[in-house]
Amino acid sequence: LIALAAASPPRTVTYALPQTEEDFTLPPGEGAELTVGNCAACHSLDYIRTQPRGKGAQFWKDNVAKMIAVYKAPIAPADADAIAAYLAKTYGE
Amino acid sequence: ALLGGRVSAQDVTLPFANGVRPLVRYPGKRPLIGLTSRPPQLETPFGVFNETLLTPNDAFFVRYHMSDIPLSIDMAAWRLTIGGHVARPLSLSLDDLKRQFTPTDIVAVNQCSGNSRGFFSPRVGGGQLGNGAMGNARWTGVPLKAVLEKAGVKSGGKQVTFNGLDNPPAPDMPDFVKALDLDHATDGEVMLAWAMNGEDLPFLNGYPLRLVVPGYFGTYWVKHLSDIAVLDAPFEGYWMKTAYRVPDNDCQCVPVGEKPAATRPIGTFAVRSFLTSHADGATVSGADATILSGIAFDGGSGIAKVELSLDGGRQWVAARLGDDLGRYAFRPWTLVLRLPRGAQAVQVRATAVSGETQPMEPLWNPAGYLRNVVETVRLRVA
Ligand code: HEC
Repeated sequence: LIALAAASPPRTVTYALPQTEEDFTLPPGEGAELTVGNCAACHSLDYIRTQPRGKGAQFWKDNVAKMIAVYKAPIAPADADAIAAYLAKTYGE
Repeated sequence: ALLGGRVSAQDVTLPFANGVRPLVRYPGKRPLIGLTSRPPQLETPFGVFNETLLTPNDAFFVRYHMSDIPLSIDMAAWRLTIGGHVARPLSLSLDDLKRQFTPTDIVAVNQCSGNSRGFFSPRVGGGQLGNGAMGNARWTGVPLKAVLEKAGVKSGGKQVTFNGLDNPPAPDMPDFVKALDLDHATDGEVMLAWAMNGEDLPFLNGYPLRLVVPGYFGTYWVKHLSDIAVLDAPFEGYWMKTAYRVPDNDCQCVPVGEKPAATRPIGTFAVRSFLTSHADGATVSGADATILSGIAFDGGSGIAKVELSLDGGRQWVAARLGDDLGRYAFRPWTLVLRLPRGAQAVQVRATAVSGETQPMEPLWNPAGYLRNVVETVRLRVA
């Protein structure tokens, strides 16, 4: 049916993307601001919050390393360590 | 951006640890389970699969990788380009696509590679999805084959790449580009689709055009499709070469916690079946027969049988298969059973025409793909 429908004239189609502020916040703690500052550049922080808990410090060290190596997150090594430590403490246990 | 995507105070709890998710409302979508907001990733509430065999457009799941998604598309300027190793590069408006080729349609399931990842044990990183990152729709478009024929693939063509209007938010990040072998791309089934269930594609499902790759995981179904290129060598991009890889063996699995010796790009769906008529933990009456029903699908051979077991898989009873919308579609099934009183664990197992069936114990791989264990729904029969 759709194949036969008359084509409508081309127009600009827009999309209003809703977004909640809480998707860009993390629980307070040492390194929290650094983490928000560096990790919210490319995606919301629910990416972090929804990961499985209890995977230990290595899981978060690997995750931060992947963001830098694979996705080219511009994060200095010392900051990466502090972020991984915050994430391990907040979500690793 | 608008605030207020979250449907106030309502949460959904997926049945695994850390599974609390907001119910969110996006334009064009009914309230869906929110995984991430930038880019949007939305999961279909499982109850939807019991309502209609075709998953409604406003309930269809959403998966993006790149947060720089298109939010405004000027359709007067929009073109699909076909280039690379071809005799006649093309630049087609949506109207050109609709008029210059013969439209066709197909009912096919789209499923995220990581659908059900949250159930992996031990857990693995990545999008922590329940079972709702799948859907069944009627797709309308034109065969990619016809468009590539018009462009004239030159001899020596090996692969075809697909890129969409979504972009990486950082300059050095690998753009989301996927590839298919030329033989696959020209099989006549792979489709450039502009409509879903008789309507324009919903924005978040890839408006105005997406690739439809029947039987293959959603990673190949590139959205907001804008550029197609024929290559005379295998594509080496990150999203083929490094990401979306499965163990290169028959079960596409490894022992829990191990790394595969070799990998290959993920391919077709593993056969799955679900009971949709009853939620886990539901109470039913033991005085009457219970109508159990659900869906099954595989990577495209079609569903041969669906069976249920009440005794942990020792005995199986065949269900009746319903409407056949094609071998890539959800196949509905029904079984009317008088259930013994007490706690019952109903297990459902599909067997594909290919002979493939579902394992009783989950298979494992480090990326959390391809989950297809026999599902169990616990009922209390009162
Ligand atoms: C330069 C871009 C960029 C930056 C900066 C960035 N990420 Fe990511 N991140 C990505 C991309 C791309 C993905 C994959 C998105 C997808 O496939 O949905 C991702 C995915 C994730 C995931 C999901 C799991 C996975 O591996 O896909 C987590 C968790 C995550 N990022 C955490 C972080 C943390 C923590 C930081 C800060 C240290 C960070 N990200 C900074 C680009 C980035």
